[in-house]
Amino acid sequence: MSVILILIIASLGIAVCFLAGFIWAAGSGQFEDTCTPSMRILTDDEPGDRPPVDPN
Amino acid sequence: MNNVLTTGRDKSEGPVREPRSGSVPADAGSAAAEGKRGSPGQAMLSVSCFHCGEPCPDTAIARAGHVFCCQGCSVVNEMLAEAGLDHFYALQEHPGVRVRKSSGREQWAYLDNPDVQRGLLDFSDGTLSRITLHIPAIHCIACVWLLENLMRLHSGVGRSTVHFGRREVTIDFNPARMTLSELVALLASLGYEPALTLNEMGKKKANSARRRQWIQMGVAGFAFGNIMLFSLPGYFGLDSLNEVFFQHVFGYVSLVLALPVLLYSASDYWKSARLSLKRRALTLDVPIAIGMAALYAQSAVEVLAGRGTGYLDSLVGLVFFLLCGRAFQQKTYERLAFDRDFKSFFPLSVMCRTASGEESVAICSLGVGDRVVLRHGELVPADAKLVSGAALVDYSFVTGESEAVARSVGDHLYAGGKQVGGSIEVEILKPVSQSYLTSLWDHEAFRKGPGTAETLTNRYSRRFTWMVFGVALAAALAWMISGEFSRGVKAFTSVLIVACPCALALAAPFTLGTAQRLLAGAGVFVRNALVLESMARVNAIVFDKTGTLTSPGTHRVRFISAPFPPPGVAPGRAAGSEKVLCAEPLTQREADAVYSLSRHSTHPLSIRICEILRRDASLLPVESFRETPACGIEAVIGGREVLLGSRSWLESRGVRTCGRSEAAGTTGVPGMVLADAAAEGATVHVAAGGHYRGAFVLPSILRPGMERLLMNLAVRYEITLLSGDTEKDRGSFEALLLDKSRVNFNQTPLDKLAFIGALRQSGKSVMMVGDGLNDAGALKQSDVGVAVVQKIGSFSPASDVIVEGSRMPRLDRILSFARSSSRIVRLGFGFSALYNLVGISIAAAGVLSPLTCAILMPLSSIFIVCFACTATTLAAWGAGLQTENISTDTTTCRQWAPAFEPCP
Repeated sequence: MSVILILIIASLGIAVCFLAGFIWAAGSGQFEDTCTPSMRILTDDEPGDRPPVDPN
Repeated sequence: MNNVLTTGRDKSEGPVREPRSGSVPADAGSAAAEGKRGSPGQAMLSVSCFHCGEPCPDTAIARAGHVFCCQGCSVVNEMLAEAGLDHFYALQEHPGVRVRKSSGREQWAYLDNPDVQRGLLDFSDGTLSRITLHIPAIHCIACVWLLENLMRLHSGVGRSTVHFGRREVTIDFNPARMTLSELVALLASLGYEPALTLNEMGKKKANSARRRQWIQMGVAGFAFGNIMLFSLPGYFGLDSLNEVFFQHVFGYVSLVLALPVLLYSASDYWKSARLSLKRRALTLDVPIAIGMAALYAQSAVEVLAGRGTGYLDSLVGLVFFLLCGRAFQQKTYERLAFDRDFKSFFPLSVMCRTASGEESVAICSLGVGDRVVLRHGELVPADAKLVSGAALVDYSFVTGESEAVARSVGDHLYAGGKQVGGSIEVEILKPVSQSYLTSLWDHEAFRKGPGTAETLTNRYSRRFTWMVFGVALAAALAWMISGEFSRGVKAFTSVLIVACPCALALAAPFTLGTAQRLLAGAGVFVRNALVLESMARVNAIVFDKTGTLTSPGTHRVRFISAPFPPPGVAPGRAAGSEKVLCAEPLTQREADAVYSLSRHSTHPLSIRICEILRRDASLLPVESFRETPACGIEAVIGGREVLLGSRSWLESRGVRTCGRSEAAGTTGVPGMVLADAAAEGATVHVAAGGHYRGAFVLPSILRPGMERLLMNLAVRYEITLLSGDTEKDRGSFEALLLDKSRVNFNQTPLDKLAFIGALRQSGKSVMMVGDGLNDAGALKQSDVGVAVVQKIGSFSPASDVIVEGSRMPRLDRILSFARSSSRIVRLGFGFSALYNLVGISIAAAGVLSPLTCAILMPLSSIFIVCFACTATTLAAWGAGLQTENISTDTTTCRQWAPAFEPCP
């Protein structure tokens, strides 16, 4: 039975790590803007960067 | 595969881009530009600017194979091409923003003041400064790309990051290589002029609050998931784990996990509940707080006494879902945020007189004792003392009365007053209060009684809380008396939680907020959401004629000159050679003077005259400007007295004019031309240096689409036309309006007030449509005052709705949209009432678990928010608010100089 206690402690520990990660991410402003990155990705390639398309 | 992608033509000619309306061959472009003079209307429709996509006027510029509407667009295009930023145009068709006014660096000079910078910069360490600027012009993917590639335009710029949702850009720059004013000037020259309003001046704390909310939600979600895991064995009755030992362990762990949720995640609810109890006003958060406390207390007792695991899963779930619901609401509300902040109406900087001369200074850095120069139309930024000049202060911002008050040197001027007339110099007596200035438009004094939705929401929410308490207590007592203690507790908390006054409270703000946002997008600005409800109730509409029904455009405006000098050429000769008499135009200097003078007045006729002359005239210094209402304006310009006004006023000022009576007399033919012209519309007579120079004829032309509008409106509303003009147009306007309507001419402002008062007395709900500045009294008197303006910015606080002139033909649609949004609010009320009735009945029966309630409650809020926003958007679509673009009357008659009616 004590194995379940260890498992519970381990799972809680891991969950707390993830929570800490989330708090760090939210605190550093990663959830501020969820709109612009989706637009930015489309403008990444400029015509000059692209390899010329073979017309055939 | 390539056969699908490339046509035969492309193969032979190489990569050919999609043809755009703006990219025509250079020769064709110039030909189009040349051809404009012949047929302006057609050419205007056919070519739109390559940069900004606006229709090109007759002064279009053709360069590098593209046509541009103005020099500004052409310059920006050239600048981008030189920096290798052509990609801008590949991302979006006509991505640019028209640069409407050229802005010099001097305009932004105040930004280099360290005090101002302290308020604006996010961060600065001498080698790197970071600033976040709000740029309303950001509108497409190309804008994002261009602003994030700003470093390619100037070496002083480092990283720049755009926040599209908030229309903000955060820019790192090196203050040693580029001053803040240079940066802002660069942005402005690209068309991305930042909105440096008072908003930006306050320290930003919104970010930290947002982050806190994310973390609160994260903590609640974490605890919710883990506590659910510990509760599941109990729910599923897994016997091997149902031992007392595990029950204890799980109970204690849950109790510990729930603690941060209760104390941190739910802290806002505690705060709000405590505040409302302190104020003895029950808000919607009180039952939630009591429910949470009851749940935790009962769970703690059960766990500590070793009787069970309590309802901690429900408690934490409740908090988690509440926070999710709140985040969703906020997200939606942010989108609804009025695009145009009231604050942007106020000038940010004022001219400050210093030892070295005049200097522009940000309002927020004005100190007590500063000397400020206020020109016509500028606001008194803080309580001040008049130092010099003739002050005529209009306190309509503060009191709603648009009567200007004369003040003499040494007098006290209150913040929010607007200087009318010439420039004055004041000394600031009190520090500037930004919140005071910004609250002026939405001031209580201008509100016309609370709306029904507001009163309904308030009344319900107050009684609602008591009702919920009553039901919860009754249910708990009933179950306890009948011996089922735990069921009683469950019913008590379930009722407290499932009851969602939020749904009730959300219906109105979200529906009306969405409607307000959609209307703002369509060029209609509403003071606050309540005005929409008043609009829905309107059943009588009163129109002011000048500038409202008639077009304020410069179309067909002419100047008819009188012979100069007045006695002129002998009458005998006049009949023969009309040229001698007619072709005596205003000299350039006189045109400049008339332009400079008319610029000071907000009368619709002055604005029209100013508009015609603008292109060719330059500004001259104006001294001792005076406006006599209903008569005219005068000033001394370049040493000569210039008068602009009605004939009788000019004559009362000792100017000899030529009129109808003299038609056959000394002045001969022009008199007759003038008399004929007067029948077409208003005439504004000009005298310079005591000599009569002629008159501007401003025909009253209906705005396009007015016949249709009046016809549509007459079906539902009682329409009246009020006009201060003489009866000459009566016939045409009576023909325009149907039997139900009335036409009243020769109305003084007092008559208008009395008329609207009488109409309201007779039980009508009146909407007054006027030009805002000259009808302020009538606008205030009515239930809904609609100001029709040409330029947003010159507004009267007495108005409830500001409509761009070009949107006037859609007034019927706007009204029908207001009616549908009012219906949607009622429907939302209905939904949430039904939800609460059903939810509370089931919860009181003790059947619903608190967890189900915790899911149901935010769901009901989310449903109402979705319903309100979607239904309102659909209603706007149905009402046709977004559809066609009504072309503005931009045709300019530039030939103001000679008389061009052939003299008879």
